[in-house]
Amino acid sequence: MNEYKASKIKSRIAWTIAFIFALSQLILTLTPFFFMVMNSFRKQFDMLQQGVFHLPDPWIVTNYVTVVTNGFFGYFLRSVIVVAISLILMLIISSCAAYPLARMKFKLNVLIYAGIVAMMSVPMHVTLIPIFKMTTSIGLYDTLQSLIGPYVAFALPMSVFILTAFMKTIPKEIEESAEIDGCNRYQNFFRMILPLSKSGLATLAIYNGVTMWNEFAFANTLLISPWNKTLPLALGQFKGEHSLDIPMIMSVLTLSVLPMIILFIIFQDKLVKGMMAGAVKG
Amino acid sequence: MGNSKHLGLAYTRARSTAKAAAIFLAPALLLIAIFIVYPVIDTFAISGYKWNGISSDRIYIGLENWNTLLHDEMFWKSFQHNLIVMVCSIVLQIPIGMLLATFLDAGGKKFNIFKVIWFLPYLMSSVAIAFLFNYALATNGGIISSLATLLRGQKTNIDLLGTSPNALFTVIAVMAWQFTPFYMVYFIAGYGNIDTTIYEAAVIDGATRGQYLRMIAIPLLGPIFKTACTMSLIGSLKYFDMIWNMTQGGPAGATELMATYMYKLSFQQFNMGYGSTVAAGMFLLITAIALLFNRVFKVKEDY
Repeated sequence: MNEYKASKIKSRIAWTIAFIFALSQLILTLTPFFFMVMNSFRKQFDMLQQGVFHLPDPWIVTNYVTVVTNGFFGYFLRSVIVVAISLILMLIISSCAAYPLARMKFKLNVLIYAGIVAMMSVPMHVTLIPIFKMTTSIGLYDTLQSLIGPYVAFALPMSVFILTAFMKTIPKEIEESAEIDGCNRYQNFFRMILPLSKSGLATLAIYNGVTMWNEFAFANTLLISPWNKTLPLALGQFKGEHSLDIPMIMSVLTLSVLPMIILFIIFQDKLVKGMMAGAVKG
Repeated sequence: MGNSKHLGLAYTRARSTAKAAAIFLAPALLLIAIFIVYPVIDTFAISGYKWNGISSDRIYIGLENWNTLLHDEMFWKSFQHNLIVMVCSIVLQIPIGMLLATFLDAGGKKFNIFKVIWFLPYLMSSVAIAFLFNYALATNGGIISSLATLLRGQKTNIDLLGTSPNALFTVIAVMAWQFTPFYMVYFIAGYGNIDTTIYEAAVIDGATRGQYLRMIAIPLLGPIFKTACTMSLIGSLKYFDMIWNMTQGGPAGATELMATYMYKLSFQQFNMGYGSTVAAGMFLLITAIALLFNRVFKVKEDY
């Protein structure tokens, strides 16, 4: 009885500490967001006068109006186009590659798999100069298309790795019975394996979507004209034009992260599932 | 007769498997070859030249760039900063990420709101984070300065990004803010993978939730822990975006990293020959450290 009581007290203390930790993490996470959103509703000079912890007085939306009427949607649209095309290509190509690696017996299987996985640790910055060189020499410099190749290629190794692990968890019997029913390999892949890998693909779409949406180094190297730039570059553009108007910059930042937050809240239950397959083997 | 026919069938089947595998793998391998393998080789090739990246006259200078690199103080200082960032990242991001995951795993579905909020920083682009913290940590009117003013009751300015040791550690803290959520989700996935029967067995044997976590779940996360460390290690050695937008390596090189140094040389000073040498050196150092880490911390993996 006493022992039970002691463990109960111990557990209560543990939970109290855990909650303090959780709350401080919550504050640490939210304070910068609070700073960003509150200031985006202030007038330019109200920020220093009212201080960080003061609510905006008055609340104004003119910053947002100015940002939206100054070409924000162009940047936004270009980012949507690049990310959508890259993501679709990447998901198709990586699931095609993962299928034979997870399911077929052929001589080079292990070698090719190891090769692709090894590519995960190649830093993209090492390839910047050659890719810049390649892009200028084939005339794609300063075009949106120039980003798609690097975006897809650099997302592949991790995606193939995770999808291969994911497809290995699908029971073999499903394919075997499909084969008896007359499916060949290609039909097997498109009708059985691909639909069953949906939750893995969803997780990959979330992670790579976030990465591509926020990508900076390639975009900054391969694009130069404001009318070709993607959203992460728009931030620098706006900052250059309104460097003293901090509330204006804060409203650009808020607008740029908002779509990701909305999509994340809708799809957040998919966040962990596909990751689990990748985390199994470490 | 029958035997050879059988052999023939097996051979045909193997051939058709190889053909199918080749068709499925071709696009991925082609893209990786064009955009990853070839550029890495080309980086080493360009490192042998003096070249501004634009004009067609490249002068072959052999290993001269490499000789410069070995004696380049700025490069080795950057590398040192990368190592500091690496150690701090592993020490901060992974344990905190794991604690957060443990909290969520122990609390179950009702703590979902914590997970959603904790994940938010990871959704923001490095550029946005850089600009946000540039202002949020400003000497005058920033969050920390305002907090200090409030606590001390008099105007206090704290210069976080403008002075030498402060700047690097401020950047490291911001990186932790950005990447801890990623490791949190990674560890949530790790906990999710532990067979529920193990938990049930532990409960039947009289273990409390805390004992289960301490003695069973956390030790089972071993391999995942190692992968997370490898990812953090590589990530911090190649780190670029946020620093480039926040400090450009300044003040006076205090936050210069290998990647920002490379970018500055190549795309601001248009010294692409030497920039490639720095990139190639970076590649060699990262590969060596990653291999060394994997050798030292060899965790037995159960396949």
